Amino acid sequence: MRILTLAGRRLAASIPTLLLILVGVFLLLQFAPGDTVDAMMAQMGGGDARTAAELRRFYGLDLSVSAQLGNYLWRLVRFDLGFSAIYGKPVATVIAERLPATILLMTASLSFAFFFGLILGVIAARGVNKWPDTLISTVGLIFYATPSFWFGLMAIVVFSIYLQWLPAGGLTDITSTATGIWAVLDTARHLVLPTLTLGLIFLAIYLRIMRASMLEVLNLDFVRTARSKGLDETRIITRHVLRNALLPMVTLIGLQAGTMLGGSVVVESVFSLPGLGRLAYESVVQRDLNTLLGIVFVSALLVITVNFIVDLIYARLDPRITTGA
Amino acid sequence: MDLTRRAALMTSAAIAANVIDPFKAFAQQTPRKGGVFVVHYGAEQRQLNPSIQASTGVYIVSGKIQEPLVDLDAAGNPVGVLAESWEAAPDGKTITFKLRRNVTWHDGKPFTSADVQFTAMEMWKKVLNYGTTLQLFLTAVDTPDPHTAIFRYERPMPLNLLLRALPDLGYISAKHIYEGSDVRQNPRNLAPLGTGPFKFVSYERGQHIIADRHDGYWKGPANLDRIIWRVITDRAAAAAQMEAGQLHYSPFSGLTISDMARLGKDRRFVVSTKGNEGNARTNTLEFNFRRKELADIKVRQAIAHAINVPFFIENFLGDFAKLGTGPIPSVSTDFYPGANTPQFPFDKAKAIRLLDEAGLRPGAGGTRLSLRLLPAPWGEDISLWATFIQQSLGEVGIRVEIVRTDGGGFLKSVYADHAFDLATGWHQYRNDPAVSTTVWYRSGQPVGAPWTNQWGVTDATLDKIIDDAATEVDAAKRKALYGDFVRRANGELMLWMPIEQIFVTVITARARNHSNTPRWGSSSWHDLWLAE
Repeated sequence: MRILTLAGRRLAASIPTLLLILVGVFLLLQFAPGDTVDAMMAQMGGGDARTAAELRRFYGLDLSVSAQLGNYLWRLVRFDLGFSAIYGKPVATVIAERLPATILLMTASLSFAFFFGLILGVIAARGVNKWPDTLISTVGLIFYATPSFWFGLMAIVVFSIYLQWLPAGGLTDITSTATGIWAVLDTARHLVLPTLTLGLIFLAIYLRIMRASMLEVLNLDFVRTARSKGLDETRIITRHVLRNALLPMVTLIGLQAGTMLGGSVVVESVFSLPGLGRLAYESVVQRDLNTLLGIVFVSALLVITVNFIVDLIYARLDPRITTGA
Repeated sequence: MDLTRRAALMTSAAIAANVIDPFKAFAQQTPRKGGVFVVHYGAEQRQLNPSIQASTGVYIVSGKIQEPLVDLDAAGNPVGVLAESWEAAPDGKTITFKLRRNVTWHDGKPFTSADVQFTAMEMWKKVLNYGTTLQLFLTAVDTPDPHTAIFRYERPMPLNLLLRALPDLGYISAKHIYEGSDVRQNPRNLAPLGTGPFKFVSYERGQHIIADRHDGYWKGPANLDRIIWRVITDRAAAAAQMEAGQLHYSPFSGLTISDMARLGKDRRFVVSTKGNEGNARTNTLEFNFRRKELADIKVRQAIAHAINVPFFIENFLGDFAKLGTGPIPSVSTDFYPGANTPQFPFDKAKAIRLLDEAGLRPGAGGTRLSLRLLPAPWGEDISLWATFIQQSLGEVGIRVEIVRTDGGGFLKSVYADHAFDLATGWHQYRNDPAVSTTVWYRSGQPVGAPWTNQWGVTDATLDKIIDDAATEVDAAKRKALYGDFVRRANGELMLWMPIEQIFVTVITARARNHSNTPRWGSSSWHDLWLAE
């Protein structure tokens, strides 16, 4: 019951935010020069005035800005995301087609970053200022400082071109006819490089946070108590320290889920994955307002959902948070 | 600098050697049946029907599925595809096409003159870019029998203009699919149905398109089993996938200039401009005559004389470009008037003298004039060229500010808002000046029409030449008129087209029968095959 109240409150609080974001994006795109017909003519590489005038009528660009916004919001109230100019399909369908790849990539790289960040952070904290710590921190810094497109391209050069271990891009091997478990393995193979590329940067952040948070908790009184009880170090770390040190990590996941949704344009382009990031980029360039607003709407929903789950995990990790609320 | 030039020349030699060998060495082999050909698809389009959208991004896919009335043969002459023969009435107002018999659509229905009539009247005349202008005076298409289509025009239509235009602007769609619907919204625009050697299988947006061999093709089945177009937006990633063997062909300069030069030295690939002669383009420099300084021809001439075009080509574009001589590129054998027209060779002293004569004296910091230059965002050559213009004009005291925008923004700023002093982009030549070129010069273009005369200038002499040439039915007279056109256009320097480029093909050396027509990337590939 308490969870339901929490969920309801969260949802109510997010509606004005969502509205502000949508109106903001709509108005911002109005400031961009050119409309979707200009963009289309640019893409066709040539055209004439008669075609352009005909297309403007077709896309309904003759209405005023306020009328277009009003129409959009009214449709949204009825859960209609509108029609995509680039794809010639309902926006909801277009997004639904792209969502799986994005979520797959996001979940894979977040899990990778979280899991290895946690382990490396713990190792670094246990050997603080000794060689494992220095090594892990340096490698982390290198990952963090390297731009992801370069990482991606270098990974392709090494693993796809020279070693030929992994495919250079795409989500599946379209020339193969694998089904069932083999198709799943095929997709997994295609996801290795993008997951690593996207995950390594986040890994660096997680391991730094985990290390700092471990060091802090290790100095608290209850750890000293545990040590004086005669518990061995491994048991102290896993049972007492880890759980308390995890809270900042969980906060970070909630924040980064949003970043990853929007921030994977580069990785999606380098590895030719059909994700939301590329779709959003394309809709901006093509001035496809409906699609862009639809993506903003869906991404906002996803971020709100992830944050809600994070709140629940907080309560599980630290019972004091629930009683406080 | 000498070192750079030598390196560039050596690179060109290496590319040339690589290009020539494979063509000759394997010409005698018997075609191997089967195989999957994987194509780099860089920019997804909103739809794939070439009857309603003329662009290489559509032809590269649907050119294998749908067919035009006429295509170009190896020598660049019109050759019948869905049309077997044609004949024009002496007054030029009636053109009769005899259509190919025993051709069926992929769904088994027969192809007839009704399809031609429907496509011409409902698609070419009403929707197709360039087509709406080309077919403006088309009044009717008569179909006395299923294999005859008679095009009736209000004003004379030169037969050679129509035949040059039809390979791009003459794709036929099936009437029974489109009749009674809004042609633009028909779902088959993304699942094209045609008469070609390959039939559409599936399209996953953002990922790939698949087409399979059509065994009932009228010329006999194609060699390949399947063609896959893979959507790869990142050029560097596409080059990597070529090297990893995941792609066989990257058309229309789809890779970066440096990657194309690099792969040109790799024996596994053929890198060449061959097979793209029908897709020539020129780099432009567009002047806004609303700026009073630019309305002075001396200033425009000074700008042209201040830029060392051969140096730019040699050091930045290498083998893939050459010095342009005007709006009609040299690959257009039917209309190219030769280089004996007004030209503007690099001459810095002359440029400075012309600026002085125009009354533009150096002010503070040596600046005579400040201009805003808008480069179009397509193609890295345009970006390089814009920077080169900026540097060159800086040398003669013209300060240039480069204003970068994306595609929609560029077209709006230049062609609708006229918010530019200089602009630069591509003029894409479509085999006949009346289709793609004269609109850049003819006055009276509606505001906002991209790639048209939006410069704020009217030249009555040029207008008359353009109008006369568009309806001149005599081929020789027409060619002469376009000679006059280029001389006048270059002389007045309404805009400048100093670089000529042809798209570059990067293809696996295993491919055979490729690049054998001037618009091969757009053509049907029925004879293409892959060696082991």
